[in-house]
Amino acid sequence: METVDDVRAALADHQYLADEGLTTAIFLAMRLKRPLLLEGEAGVGKTEVAKVLARWTGGELLRLQCYEGIDAAQAVYEWDYSRQLLHLRAVEAKGEEVVEDELYSERFLVKRPLLRAIGYEGEALGAVTPPVLLVDEVDRADDEFEAFLLEILSDFTITVPELGTFHAQEPPLVVVTSNRTRDVHDALKRRCLYHWIAHPDFDRELAILRVRTPDVPAELARQVAAAVETLRTFELYKPPGVAETIDWANALAALGTTEIDEHAVDVTLGTILKYREDQERTRAHGIRELVSTAMERSA
Amino acid sequence: MPDVALDRQAVGFARLLRGAGLDVPIGNTIAFGEALVAVGIDQRDTVYWAGRTTLVRSPEDVGVYDRAFRAWWDREHELSFAPPEVEEIAVAFDEAGDGDDGPGSDDEAERTPTLAVRYSPTEMLRHRDFALYTATEFAEARRLMADLRLAGALRRSRRLQRSRKGRGRPDLRRTVRRALRTGGEPVHRAFLEPATRPRRIVLLCDVSGSMEPYARALVRFLHAAVVGRGRVEAFAMGTRLTRITRELSSRDPDAALAAAARRVVDWSGGTRLGESLRDFNDRWGVRGMARGAVVVILSDGWDRGDPEVLAEQMARLHRVSYRVIWVNPLKASPDFAPLARGMAAALPFVDEFVEGHSLASLEHLAEVVAR
Repeated sequence: METVDDVRAALADHQYLADEGLTTAIFLAMRLKRPLLLEGEAGVGKTEVAKVLARWTGGELLRLQCYEGIDAAQAVYEWDYSRQLLHLRAVEAKGEEVVEDELYSERFLVKRPLLRAIGYEGEALGAVTPPVLLVDEVDRADDEFEAFLLEILSDFTITVPELGTFHAQEPPLVVVTSNRTRDVHDALKRRCLYHWIAHPDFDRELAILRVRTPDVPAELARQVAAAVETLRTFELYKPPGVAETIDWANALAALGTTEIDEHAVDVTLGTILKYREDQERTRAHGIRELVSTAMERSA
Repeated sequence: MPDVALDRQAVGFARLLRGAGLDVPIGNTIAFGEALVAVGIDQRDTVYWAGRTTLVRSPEDVGVYDRAFRAWWDREHELSFAPPEVEEIAVAFDEAGDGDDGPGSDDEAERTPTLAVRYSPTEMLRHRDFALYTATEFAEARRLMADLRLAGALRRSRRLQRSRKGRGRPDLRRTVRRALRTGGEPVHRAFLEPATRPRRIVLLCDVSGSMEPYARALVRFLHAAVVGRGRVEAFAMGTRLTRITRELSSRDPDAALAAAARRVVDWSGGTRLGESLRDFNDRWGVRGMARGAVVVILSDGWDRGDPEVLAEQMARLHRVSYRVIWVNPLKASPDFAPLARGMAAALPFVDEFVEGHSLASLEHLAEVVAR
């Protein structure tokens, strides 16, 4: 991987069509070994970036789904208490003395994604690709956790008091995503490279459809991309993301549609617009107009 | 090109960005320098993205970045940075510098030594309408507001904490620790229970012309709330919505209020409550900020926009939030009826309708919020 173009080509090989900005951001994250913070509307493919990076580099994908109240036991490590207890009993049964150290050794340690990403050891022979760590929806975790994450992402070191310190020989490739339900702390942002993923334009969306939904006829894909482009101008509560576009194209194809018409759009509107108000607004704009605009645009 | 030159370029551009009002910490400048080394400096697009990835941290800053980049790359000399945010607005938050003086300030005490009549000026002040405040009273009220604490109602968190009750979920970690002392027999068992934490509070303050007599005091109230604890978000609503949480988070009230005043461009202008709320719902609220939160709207309900839009947005807000509290400073007047069109449209979606014209009423608000 030498240039930005290499990254673009590699991503495309793995069915991810990134624009110039995202490609550059990924290239820099890999080159500068910095975490990449991705923000953007839901459904623009933030999580997908980590998945495709794992497929491409061959590194293991370690996913940490954040949620409220997540703590070190779920994110970093936990002791295997039941095994510890069993071990205690077994030793006791043999009439031996229990040594605390043996209870807190690596065999009783349950590694969670963060520790696995850091304490990754190359398998016996040769160099092994560092894993891809996906910290998904970090805005759902609470601020305490964010501070903790920042510490780990700063020096890729984790200390387990009973055992010692783990240090990443080769830092993992880190992708952090946020839906912006609240501001991610500035300190964490400073640590990361930042990229805002916007909705794709018509051409890119069409290209994505062609790659991701090869069974959808080319003509239909064009019309779908054009209709979605129009829908995004309607001031909807939730403008459709790429994920919805793909769903919609698949739904239309599944119904045997080869060309969008008023009826087909009307019955499949629920696959692309998930709010009743958005559907009403779209119907108020007129589905007939939506269809004819899309036909013109894709002609 | 030698790296030294790239470093100079990176530093130069970072300075330009700072001049344009972006916050660019040195660490990011270094990252930008490294990025330039990695991608080279021949292609405009690549350099643009290298800079955006390393120097910009929120989509709101992209506009400023774009202008600065154009100026830097194309070596334009005339920079047209006049973002509306930096306009000075003639709002005097800061009254004569006697904010630190207590209720019986020195002068007053000297001139009226027979103050033994046992009335408390503070008590009077607490019930006085903000709109009738003199400058001195306002300064005093500002000081009193610093003591006001706003804490959202508690809810169960998904985080677990040690339980003293001896039931709940087993705390294996501590049970094992204790078992070591009893030869591996878990005699003393420990338990966990869900912790509670206060809900987020979202304050939406109307700063339009009709609210002018109250806006000063209420924004000070917003400041006290934001500084008081971590989970408060504050917005100003006028003809458009401005998030002022960050501006208000400075501990120094003068600095904070001045920063907020600079940020809000439509101070004492018109109101479009419905549109502002839609903006809030779209960009922040429905996405998560208002979910399960206590939402407090401080407004007199005079709205020049379409009441239907307001009703629709209130309904949306009401669906996602824990409680919607409407604070109307006019409600205290005896002949008040919610006749303002906006107010009437919004009321069906309001859980709690309270007054907000005086210190005492704001204290009451703090109680309502904690319910």
